[in-house]
Amino acid sequence: MSDLDLGPDGGINEPLEPRLGHDSDLTPARGKRRRREWVQLLSDALHYRRTQIGLALFLFIVALAAVGPYFAPYSPSEFVTMPFAKPSSIAAFGGDNLGRDVLTRVLYGGRSVLILSIIATAIGMVLGVSLGLFAGYARAAVDDVVMRLLDVLLAFPQIVFVLLLVSVLGPRLWLIVLTVGFSHAPRIARVARGSTLEVKERDFVKAAESLGVSRSKIAFTEILPNITSPLLVEFGLRLTYSIGLIAALSFLGFGLQPPSADWGLMINENRIGLIIQPYSIFVPVALIAILTIGVNLATDGMARAMIGIERDTGAA
Amino acid sequence: MPPLAKIILRRLALGLLTLLLVSVLVFAATQALPGDTASAILGRSATPERVKAVRERLGLDRPATSQYFTWLGGIVRGDVGDSLVAEQPISQLLGGRVVNSAALVLVAALISIPLSILIGSLSGLLRDRWFDSATSLGSLALAALPEFVIGILLIMLLATQVVHVFPAVSRVNPNEPIWSQMNMLVLPALTLVLAVAPYIVRILRASMIEVLESEYVQMARLKGMPERIVLQRHALPNAVIPAIQVIALNLAWLAGGVVVVEYLFNYPGIGSGLIDAVANRDVPVIQAIVLLIASLYVGFNLIADILTILVSPRLRTGLQ
Repeated sequence: MSDLDLGPDGGINEPLEPRLGHDSDLTPARGKRRRREWVQLLSDALHYRRTQIGLALFLFIVALAAVGPYFAPYSPSEFVTMPFAKPSSIAAFGGDNLGRDVLTRVLYGGRSVLILSIIATAIGMVLGVSLGLFAGYARAAVDDVVMRLLDVLLAFPQIVFVLLLVSVLGPRLWLIVLTVGFSHAPRIARVARGSTLEVKERDFVKAAESLGVSRSKIAFTEILPNITSPLLVEFGLRLTYSIGLIAALSFLGFGLQPPSADWGLMINENRIGLIIQPYSIFVPVALIAILTIGVNLATDGMARAMIGIERDTGAA
Repeated sequence: MPPLAKIILRRLALGLLTLLLVSVLVFAATQALPGDTASAILGRSATPERVKAVRERLGLDRPATSQYFTWLGGIVRGDVGDSLVAEQPISQLLGGRVVNSAALVLVAALISIPLSILIGSLSGLLRDRWFDSATSLGSLALAALPEFVIGILLIMLLATQVVHVFPAVSRVNPNEPIWSQMNMLVLPALTLVLAVAPYIVRILRASMIEVLESEYVQMARLKGMPERIVLQRHALPNAVIPAIQVIALNLAWLAGGVVVVEYLFNYPGIGSGLIDAVANRDVPVIQAIVLLIASLYVGFNLIADILTILVSPRLRTGLQ
């Protein structure tokens, strides 16, 4: 559901404009205050039960992916039992479509999804924030042109965009990561631009401008640090969708290729055996579910914390 | 010309411009292949003579811009070209698939919209009670899950492991109209419904809460109107209005959502058609389907925009 950017209140208030940053004058303590805003957001968010649970789920999967291979009983390409064998003492979750150990493949299969998703989201964030910051802080005409061009990219559902490029260049991993990242960029840019438009009217920005500080310096040292809260929430949201996209692409056969161990790929390979050996599908499905729900829960917690901070600083 | 009409026309024009640029992007991405399209298509059976023949047949020896305008001109006239793999006109090939996907999306929309409005408004009404908390968490979970995960969980629940009510694979008979084979539609449609519902529920809830705290609802209650009438006549209709944009956006999303879902259920629509075409590198078909999906996507986003303008008096007068 990557294309719906509705914000934490479901999009009812349009647009959601939190009071960003709480500096209204230039003081030398800028550095300290800058760190405090997103740190404040994270620490506030952690007070919510859902953030705690979400983070716990996410870290569980990260740990599984990172350390899993060291605990795997076999190698992921080793044939240990009959195809679609039921769970037994040989294979705790049974055999997959070729008779490999499901448990082992599951322990090896998380790294690709996690790493690729995080990199893709990071690429999208860097690109999107740069474009949004630029467009938001530039002249209205430039802003218009940039956003119109980005609208063309926004015309494609993310998966269709990725598939278009994969059809041309083949299912390369670097291509998947780049295109997923690129497809996030316009959506992130919108959020970044919205926040930039608000922050650029602040006193400290005006003051810096009147002092003759270069606009790019202002953008990165004055504006950017004060829009980190919504961007953090956006990162969490985009990460959820990246995971969904990349797992789906592997599921469709355009991501990691056999015989790699990857959760999305496993789900597709073992689909035919769903009735006889459901574990070979259910375990990777459950792990992907835990991962995405965890990230989304934590993101929701951050979004609520952001509204809370907005309410507090708005009253100030 | 009234400002409202001017605004709408402007949006329409921008939409068309976007579509034009989209077509350029689609064309550029597929035709400007590194390496030679013709050799890629012929694969192993590529001999210099065959490659030359294919190139001439596809018009690949003409400059790119000329190819683009030929393609575009064809589309405007309704001729989308021939499939490379099936050697048939694409419109013949995809006609049935378009109908099937349309049926799927229609059913999904018809179920998800009323259902989500109901659940969302109930959540808003019973705010912070168990129903609300349960729906809230459920929505969060469903919104997080990728569509194919939702689909597989549904298959396990309703087709294979728990209950055996629906078919796990949609073996649609192409010779019969889709309406006579509705049970093939159910699981894919249900998957789409569950993918889309969380967003509509969420906004209906927020909207309902705001409406219930509004002055005219308080007024209606103070006047002594029965609560049921207050809800039916005042609260609910006004709660739905801000949600219209979100609903339209979700319908737009369905245009892309069908891709993975149709593949999962082997449902013969344009989504699975796209996957097949990508796997076969059937360039004209890929171009046609991507353009179609993008057009639907832009179209629904446009409708969402226009509806927002129509229901928002501030925007209607052209003031920003």
